Amino acid sequence: MTATEFTPLASTLGGALIGLAGVMLFLSHGRIAGVSGIASGLLTTRPDAAWSGRLAFVLGLVAAPLLLLALTGALPAQTIAAGPALLALAGLLVGFGAVLGNGCTSGHGVCGLARLSPRSLAATLAFMATGFATVFLMRHVL
Amino acid sequence: MSPTFSLPAQFAAGLIFGLGLILAGMADPAKVLNFLDLGGIATGQWDPSLAFVMVGAIGVAFLGFRLAARRGRPVFAAAFPAPPAPRLEGRLLAGAALFGIGWGLAGFCPGPALVSLGTGSTGAVVFVAAMLLGMVGATWLSGRLRATRTQTEGAKA
Repeated sequence: MTATEFTPLASTLGGALIGLAGVMLFLSHGRIAGVSGIASGLLTTRPDAAWSGRLAFVLGLVAAPLLLLALTGALPAQTIAAGPALLALAGLLVGFGAVLGNGCTSGHGVCGLARLSPRSLAATLAFMATGFATVFLMRHVL
Repeated sequence: MSPTFSLPAQFAAGLIFGLGLILAGMADPAKVLNFLDLGGIATGQWDPSLAFVMVGAIGVAFLGFRLAARRGRPVFAAAFPAPPAPRLEGRLLAGAALFGIGWGLAGFCPGPALVSLGTGSTGAVVFVAAMLLGMVGATWLSGRLRATRTQTEGAKA
């Protein structure tokens, strides 16, 4: 495993930007910025006006590291330890679970908690618990 | 405001969201996994940064949602969404539990995975493709469950 540096200031500021983006979507379109909801909303056979908006948001996400590259000449540091098979299994579970559970880390963990939603609190506690358990099993048991 | 700005506003929101994830270090799965590794507390490897991301994001969103709601209606839409429902179903918890397992396996959740597509990471492409497939599967299953429930209720009535 790769050791990472504790970055309280950058992480709080980055978090504030995530919150700001959530407020922007709420103020402009009355939409809750759940990335999984926005992404799964793209998977339809009948695209409408809201569909292009979702695509614009996702393209903004994808463009973020490219803007950083243009400004600083470097892409963000990233270590992906998982191999292709594990990534595929993880992706399946994340996509399936997010749609079944009606949200992900941003929709429940940020926007839902900010709206004091009891459902989002329950979902956040549930995915945090299984996330902790999974990493514990992977790193210290298996 | 003119709908001309609707798409650029949503692109800008995605861009700011993505830059926030990168600045926060959350585009790096290693950082997420080192937060989820509570066993790392004993060894000094634990990285509590993700908790600070949550505090920053929830703090700004908590205040921002309240200020925004004073406007009465969104700029490009008819109304703000209704307040969250208090009802809790098993499928919400089951979905969140599965989501957490996937998150813990690779350190990716939807936002950081989509951001990582922009870095040209092949791992992110694999993850996102599988994630979209999982979403299609869950949407299909939800449709089936709803149809079954309607049938059962119809039979009861």
